[in-house]
Amino acid sequence: MKKTPFLFALLLAALGLTVLGGCTSAQLTRVQPWERASLADYTMRPDRDPLATTMAEHAFFSRESASGGRGIGGSGCGCN
Amino acid sequence: MSSHLKIFAGSLLLCLGLTGGCTELKVGEEFPPLDAITWEGGAPPVLAGKVTLVDFWASWCAPCKASFPAYAQLHADYRARGLVIVAVSVDENRAKFAAFVQQQAPPFTTLRDQNHQLVSLVKVPAMPTCYLLGRDGRVRFVHQGFHGAETEQHLRQEIDALLAEPLPST
Repeated sequence: MKKTPFLFALLLAALGLTVLGGCTSAQLTRVQPWERASLADYTMRPDRDPLATTMAEHAFFSRESASGGRGIGGSGCGCN
Repeated sequence: MSSHLKIFAGSLLLCLGLTGGCTELKVGEEFPPLDAITWEGGAPPVLAGKVTLVDFWASWCAPCKASFPAYAQLHADYRARGLVIVAVSVDENRAKFAAFVQQQAPPFTTLRDQNHQLVSLVKVPAMPTCYLLGRDGRVRFVHQGFHGAETEQHLRQEIDALLAEPLPST
């Protein structure tokens, strides 16, 4: 009977290692700070088209009574 | 049940420790030699016995662009006293690197790490990041990002302190 808690703990530990072990893979792709040229491109900006932005704002306001909340500018280089 | 949690937490910490294996260059560590890197834009300057500022930048990085006039001023003020500035571009696009350099016309050495050799060794945590090296070639200060006059003021204080240090004995 006393072996059951130990086996349970062992199972949990094995599960944790299995789940998070994938994070240690060298093949896992991580975008490094110096690899964000594409993310920093103008085309990645959500507000690059003023007309589309205005239309989206109108849709949000008329359907959901929501406005604003778009104060975050810039693109995705994550600089500074 | 608490022992179960301890074992589970231990395994989680082990996994997290393994994931954090790729560490960036820290203060006190030796900066990788610039001679071993394949450069575009010229050869790296001789750094032996010099106080060096190595800045990692890119043409797509707005704060990097803002930092160049400040580095030009630092270069003008401290070059005669022994400061060397090396601006390392991580641009993948050669044309954008060239256009940026032509537009900014920096008075200090500007090179492109075309194969990302140096930046992969240093593992810069953000763009831009600059490293101040002492006369012994070790990292003494690290600045992540560029925050205008505040960063420049800190850099001036640190450069003054490093230049006041004696030359390392050979």
